[in-house]
Amino acid sequence: MQDATKPTRKEKFKVGIAGGSMTEVEYEIPASEPPVLPPNAELSVIGKRTPRLDGRLKVTGAARYTADVKLPGMLHGRVVGATVPHARIRSIDVSAAEKAPGVRAVYVHERLMGSAVVSDKTKELSSNYPIVRYAGQPIAAVAATTPQAAEDAAKLVKIDYEVLPFVVDADDARKPGAPLVFPAPADMAGTAGGGGGPAGVPQTGNVRGPVKGGMFGPPRGDVGKGFTEADVVVEGEFRTQVQTHCPLETHGVVADWKADGLTVYASTQGTSSVRDELAEVFGLPKTQVRVITEFMGGGFGAKFGAGNEGVLATHLSKKAGAPVKLMLDRRTEHLSAGNRPSSHQILRVGAKKDGSLTAIHLLNYGTAGVGTGAGAGGPAQNMYDCPAVMTEEADVFVNAGPAAAFRAPGHPQGCFALEQVIDEVAEKLNIDPLALRDKIDSNEARRTERRLGAERVGWSKRKAPGSDAGPVKRGLGVAQSVWYRFTDMDSSCEVRITRDGSVELLSGVQDIGGGIRTALAQVVAEELGLKASDITIRIGDTAFPNGPASGGSVTTNSITPAARNAAYLVKMQLAALVATDLGVPAADVLMRAGKVEAKTGGKSMTFRQAAKHLKTEQISSLATRSPNYSDGKRVFDKYGGVQFVEVSVDTETGVIHVDRVVAVHDCGRPINPLGVESQVNGGVLQGISYALYENRQLDRNTGLMVNPNLEQYKILGSKETPVIETIIIEEYRGRSSTDAGGIGEPATVPTAAAIANAVYNATGVRMREIPMTPARVLAALAAARKEGART
Amino acid sequence: MNAFEWVNATTVDEALGQMGSTSLLKAGGVDVLDRLKEGLDAPKRLVNIRNIKGLDRIEGDTATGLRIGPLVTLAQLDVHPVVRQSFTALADAAGHAATPQIRNMATAGGNLLQRPRCWYFRSRDFHCLKKGGETCFAQKGENQYHAIFRNDVCAIVHPSALGTALVALGGSLELTGPRGKRVVRAEEFFTLPAVAVDRENSLGADEIVTLIVVPPLVSGSRSAYTKLGEKESFDWPIAEVAVVVERSGVNVSRASIVLGAAAPVPYRAVAAEKVLVGKPLDDASARTAAKAALEGATPLSGNGYKTTLFETVIRRTLLEAGGAK
Repeated sequence: MQDATKPTRKEKFKVGIAGGSMTEVEYEIPASEPPVLPPNAELSVIGKRTPRLDGRLKVTGAARYTADVKLPGMLHGRVVGATVPHARIRSIDVSAAEKAPGVRAVYVHERLMGSAVVSDKTKELSSNYPIVRYAGQPIAAVAATTPQAAEDAAKLVKIDYEVLPFVVDADDARKPGAPLVFPAPADMAGTAGGGGGPAGVPQTGNVRGPVKGGMFGPPRGDVGKGFTEADVVVEGEFRTQVQTHCPLETHGVVADWKADGLTVYASTQGTSSVRDELAEVFGLPKTQVRVITEFMGGGFGAKFGAGNEGVLATHLSKKAGAPVKLMLDRRTEHLSAGNRPSSHQILRVGAKKDGSLTAIHLLNYGTAGVGTGAGAGGPAQNMYDCPAVMTEEADVFVNAGPAAAFRAPGHPQGCFALEQVIDEVAEKLNIDPLALRDKIDSNEARRTERRLGAERVGWSKRKAPGSDAGPVKRGLGVAQSVWYRFTDMDSSCEVRITRDGSVELLSGVQDIGGGIRTALAQVVAEELGLKASDITIRIGDTAFPNGPASGGSVTTNSITPAARNAAYLVKMQLAALVATDLGVPAADVLMRAGKVEAKTGGKSMTFRQAAKHLKTEQISSLATRSPNYSDGKRVFDKYGGVQFVEVSVDTETGVIHVDRVVAVHDCGRPINPLGVESQVNGGVLQGISYALYENRQLDRNTGLMVNPNLEQYKILGSKETPVIETIIIEEYRGRSSTDAGGIGEPATVPTAAAIANAVYNATGVRMREIPMTPARVLAALAAARKEGART
Repeated sequence: MNAFEWVNATTVDEALGQMGSTSLLKAGGVDVLDRLKEGLDAPKRLVNIRNIKGLDRIEGDTATGLRIGPLVTLAQLDVHPVVRQSFTALADAAGHAATPQIRNMATAGGNLLQRPRCWYFRSRDFHCLKKGGETCFAQKGENQYHAIFRNDVCAIVHPSALGTALVALGGSLELTGPRGKRVVRAEEFFTLPAVAVDRENSLGADEIVTLIVVPPLVSGSRSAYTKLGEKESFDWPIAEVAVVVERSGVNVSRASIVLGAAAPVPYRAVAAEKVLVGKPLDDASARTAAKAALEGATPLSGNGYKTTLFETVIRRTLLEAGGAK
């Protein structure tokens, strides 16, 4: 919805998929917005494969990440974590730690971040300290002159625990009489990247919910009626594991508390959200909190707020009067820095003989540890056309680290179930899986993606399940992705032109690795007729105009229109200055290929010559993201993709190898197709790793994680990397001045499901639990043989 | 990691002189660094033996056997022409361990002497039997990667890929101590938890491994090695097999079948070896032998799948040694 107080104009947009049939729509847009951007084929910088502008800095080690920051007099911080999964702390003795060599400050944590809290505080257990509800929960922190001194001192903090009964298994936690994680109903706020659950949900024991419906509204239709009308009903039970966040750079900050304000270097997905949280916790005006993220070593949804580490480091810095670096070690990262919740889904789908769906019902119990937000219903609610959809989902509390948003919260889990059941429906109806999806999915982009992918992968040569003779069986499977256009309106950019002809863009937005730095340069360069490398991009600093947090695949969609708007406004300023010389009105000044010229031809000058006309050293414009252009209705755009996977399954060892992935995706207007491909590669690899290897393993007897490292917590490596072929389609909707969308999340949503469908095609056996380890594959094959022998 | 003193030893005698209950020897430093970081070891002194001259050579040939210095790296073993050609199991064991970066640093001696990777042993959180505690947490805990043989006391699996190959090849170790040298067969070098739960071998506290000896192969015999992991990059095996097969005519005259990732020591499947003798090596005999190898297995709650895996890996490795590939 546009701001009614601002002048508007009407513009016509060609919408649809490039190369397909396009239609025209008319939207009313703010008058200050730039003209409609033509399709990529007609542009010279946007839509062109552009290597990362900061690639050289990164591969040579010159890029400064938070972990690299060194300030004069900087101390090193270390977190003291709980060694038991559930306890009330009787006392904490920090005297020995305080006296240890090199120690400058010890701080005992008062306000635990990122976990659910008992809603009615009077019902919480009485204690002088936060109740310990998971092993690894931060309790205190130490700052010392060297990392070693801090580590040694951290061991000297004496904590006297009154150990309480614990539960770490989600099935056990649901049983009557299970130890209670919280003594009364608990709530947790979500983060900028999604995740978290609804508040005020009824809770019985450790089970919170089930909640009917999802983040996009209540259940729809009458599922009872739908199942009655169905010719076939397929029900499946699926389980997915807890996956921990493993960015190369762990969570961490360098906090520098000074009398005139706080400066924090943070490995964060949201400079602005770290600023807001620290301002709130420390009672500072936002203008006195500066957060800087020059380069960022990866984040998948768990790096939004200040985090416990940010709050602890700031307290330590305040106490010690010196900057404090606090990067989590890998163990603490696994234990306490967020994870993807598990799921235990029972999914029923009803369909008519012609394939049309009549009802979908999902019952899901997932655990987000001591957090909430284990919902996995998004795909069931939003992927297919179905008149009746009911999702019922519950969070099961266990004594383990809290979940956080994780690359498409709930969706890889939900897809793992949904896309297998859809394949089962297709098999029952004797319809090709792609043909069934054509029937039940009216989304034009998805239809195009299915067709393009099928051609590329050779779908028509797909064999019947289990048709290979030898022990190693090959298979081909498919699954779809769904995600949504989320827009962060707090997205602003300033673009400056300097008298020497140099151009810079400033914004608080951070590049978490997705490549927004390069995309922003492309957008500004396109508008000013320059090359992307001509633009200096200064981002990742709250001293600049406010940027969006990078989560929910919002970044490119949110910030590139602000960049183009600002570039357009400053371009018009420059045009006005040179219009007289060019002998045309400002509106008729064109900037392209480094030249500034009259639209009608004739006089021309270089961009540098034009900049010499500046009357002051620089001119500048600030612009903000406008609401999505629309016909006045609420915008609910879906993104997605279709992934085809070829696997080899060794039926004698149970080892699955992914050989090839064809990933066909849409993301609105691709700004940098090379960057989009890179995001798809990452999404596919993370999806394979989730499907086959990753698993947080908690010891059933002690409640402690036995694999909090990168050796025993298994992540895909080079030899598990398949051939990945990516096809990106251009889907135009005219939603903003760039019409860009998002790709980070949809790229990882369908991979695990596609692998499972491929394994079925290879072996004739369905894998209903991930990770699909050799042990599980062998068990599933053995069970199927037994079943086969009986029937 | 605790603070420690660093000493460079340039000869075996110097190294012996620096040893003691608070010293730790460091060659490639791969496993030692892991242990120091987790706090499993807290030595006062680290004795760097990496620079001792003469311990980093591979000598010998097919006819005389191999004499391998303990400071030879896994990467060297992997590509050495004689090792690769005639002692294939050893080259493959070295070449499939860890990652290329680690193989460039890790030494043969270190590989044999590395401590187990059991996640309870490796975590500072668990004071397990092996570390002087009362409990083997794996027995009733998370034991999918643990031993299926000889696991009654402590269920670690021996982590050394070279150890598995070396036992199969009938190799031995030269140990040097203050009273001189002694030679121990690899099979006897590795010891079970029942002998001493806090260690995995019979190396004396004052001894250094100074040579690894591999006897010559009987003419016509072949070796093979297979590592099977949940993944190939940077992972430990869930099943590992090294075999040596000698033949007279078409029939097997002697076989050596050793399982890694199966027991607290490289585990010799004696029953399987006997099954093969006097038979041609083919799919049927390999199958029978593989089955025999798993007799007496005592899997724990979570690692029964390993018996299925081993049957396959033993059969495939035997057939590979038989030239089937």
